Amino acid sequence: MDKLMSDLKRQIVEQLNLQHVKPEEIGDDQPLFVEGLGLDSIDALELIVLLQQQYNIKLNNAEDGPKVFQSVRTMAAYIQSQRA
Amino acid sequence: MTENLYITASCSIAGNVVVKDGKKLFENAETNAQLFLVSIYQHFALNYPRFYKMDNLAKLGWLATEILLDASFSKQDYQPEEIGLVFSNRSGSLDTDIKYYETVKTIASPALFVYTLPNIVMGEICIRHHFKGENDFFIFDRFDAGFLQEYMAHLFATGAVRACIGGWIEILDNDYHASVFLIEQKKKENALLFTEENIHHIYQITHG
Amino acid sequence: MYTKNAAVYVAGVGVVSAIGNNTAGCLLALENGTAGIGPITSLDTIHKNTLPVAEVKLSNAQLAAATGLSSQLSRTALLGMMAAKEAWTDAGIAQQKGLRTGFVSANSVGGMDTTEYFFSSFLKNRRSGRLRNVVNHECGAVTELVADGLGIKNYVTTISTACSSSANSIFYGARLIKHNILDVVVAGGADALTKFTLNGFNTLQILDKEFCQPFDENRHGLNLGEGAGYLVLVSEKAAATIRKKMYCRLSGYSNANDAHHQTASSPDGAGSYAAMKGALAGSGLQPEDISYINLHGTGTFNNDISEGTAIKRLFEPHYPKMSSTKAFTGHTLGASGGIEAVFSALAIQHQIIYPNLRLQTPMQALPFVPEKTFQQGVAVDHVLSNSFGFGGNCSSLIFSKL
Repeated sequence: MDKLMSDLKRQIVEQLNLQHVKPEEIGDDQPLFVEGLGLDSIDALELIVLLQQQYNIKLNNAEDGPKVFQSVRTMAAYIQSQRA
Repeated sequence: MTENLYITASCSIAGNVVVKDGKKLFENAETNAQLFLVSIYQHFALNYPRFYKMDNLAKLGWLATEILLDASFSKQDYQPEEIGLVFSNRSGSLDTDIKYYETVKTIASPALFVYTLPNIVMGEICIRHHFKGENDFFIFDRFDAGFLQEYMAHLFATGAVRACIGGWIEILDNDYHASVFLIEQKKKENALLFTEENIHHIYQITHG
Repeated sequence: MYTKNAAVYVAGVGVVSAIGNNTAGCLLALENGTAGIGPITSLDTIHKNTLPVAEVKLSNAQLAAATGLSSQLSRTALLGMMAAKEAWTDAGIAQQKGLRTGFVSANSVGGMDTTEYFFSSFLKNRRSGRLRNVVNHECGAVTELVADGLGIKNYVTTISTACSSSANSIFYGARLIKHNILDVVVAGGADALTKFTLNGFNTLQILDKEFCQPFDENRHGLNLGEGAGYLVLVSEKAAATIRKKMYCRLSGYSNANDAHHQTASSPDGAGSYAAMKGALAGSGLQPEDISYINLHGTGTFNNDISEGTAIKRLFEPHYPKMSSTKAFTGHTLGASGGIEAVFSALAIQHQIIYPNLRLQTPMQALPFVPEKTFQQGVAVDHVLSNSFGFGGNCSSLIFSKL
């Protein structure tokens, strides 16, 4: 789980062009949207692309997005649950 | 009517230099356009993380306007709806269209798709400065100072705007040229009269 | 020399869309409630069986035969020529009359459709792909093809501001007339369906997998469409030389920026509100003077609530009749302002109101409901047409009876 989270942080920074952020600066439980990292709706769509490209997971229901993408930890937990 | 319209500021980014009001402010030999634009952002310490998400056209236009509107611009003198933008270029959003289309091969990128329209750069500028006035984006074969001068003067004449930023924002691959200017009805120190010739001169500054 | 109150008349209209190949065809479909939405037939795409679109029911070969242009050209140019030619013929203006004439056209996709054919060959082998297919890629190139076809040389320009593009072309044309630069302007826009836009909109997750339901509480997004719509705008002086009745006047117009997000509209509809208000101010009308609003109404969750909220703020408590004709034609992007301007002019000429198809559950947050039936014999004096584009670019046009 730790390795997955650290990979995710790196991938998020790359996918979303967050050049001003270092992956290790993103907290495991830090809110990704609104406050925290301050991502917006287009970033949410790019995260869906990231799941598909890097982990071959298709988020079929866009409404699950807010729950899955709440933090790096929730994303990692979701990925693990889909792999099982 | 143009007797009381003035170019109160100008900014050009082309040929590895940034020129503001006729003075060279920054130079960098970097040949990659994107890296050059990022170096400008970092040099002027602009603190707007959203910058990194923009495509090259938006980065170029945003930077030129950001440097254009320094402390001497009194935004508070105007209502948001009174400030307009009139931009133009030759290639539209082609630079990003091509990059976006590469992603369609695997999975289309929503972030890139958003920028496959030339007017998004105006959206970014308006979001940054809360401008809500009229926006127009024209496609021309080459920079047309006469058109811009006439069109913007008409916007003032009809009361559509009380301040207006206009110019040319063009980028395709590593060829870029932005020349933007601020037009107001006040005669500030060093302000130039808003004429076709003066506009053309601003555009030419980085060309020879 | 600018004359603020100089009249600008609509002398001719031309349109091609999923519901009809010309004005008469579209009018019939609007009256009968026949939408043009269905499965994809023309594009070779992975979304072929999942996403409904509104295709023009003419192949490139048929468009070429009807317009006299080559079938090898971009579909955007062919569609543009089809509608522009109809408008030009409808206005019955002969170039020899010494009227200064211009062509202002809009599109968002340019010659992308033919470029896509080139690109797929080119990707496999850098030496293959017919270069002829990319020669007319730029938005401006498509405009020039149509201008040449109409024989208009004096003044030709292209506007590209996403979904408000052709509305902006129209009011730019009006400005050229009011400034006494031109006497006649053919203004509007065209856009063809392409994989570029289909994939792009799909990735933004704002496409409906069913037929769209604008202004419905349970709407799920838009359906992409294609087509072209043009008006022939004329000055008072030019109108006097034409021996036919004008459709209406273009009495007001405005453009404003929402300054909120690149693709989403602000919750309170600030940009839409400013555009509608500005158009009313320009026309000297009050909100209660508007007989009908042709909504931008794409069917996305975001647009409809934003536009609806702006309408509530501006028109309360006198809500005019309104509908979104995108439930018929789909969202034709760069052409939508032009197509809907044609529908607006026709609404005044024929004194009709179009229905908002597939509206089952009105939006709870709004105190008004769009019209569900086609109506005739109603007083339609002033029509407001909204076109809001990505980048926060909001435009509104007002057409008024003579």
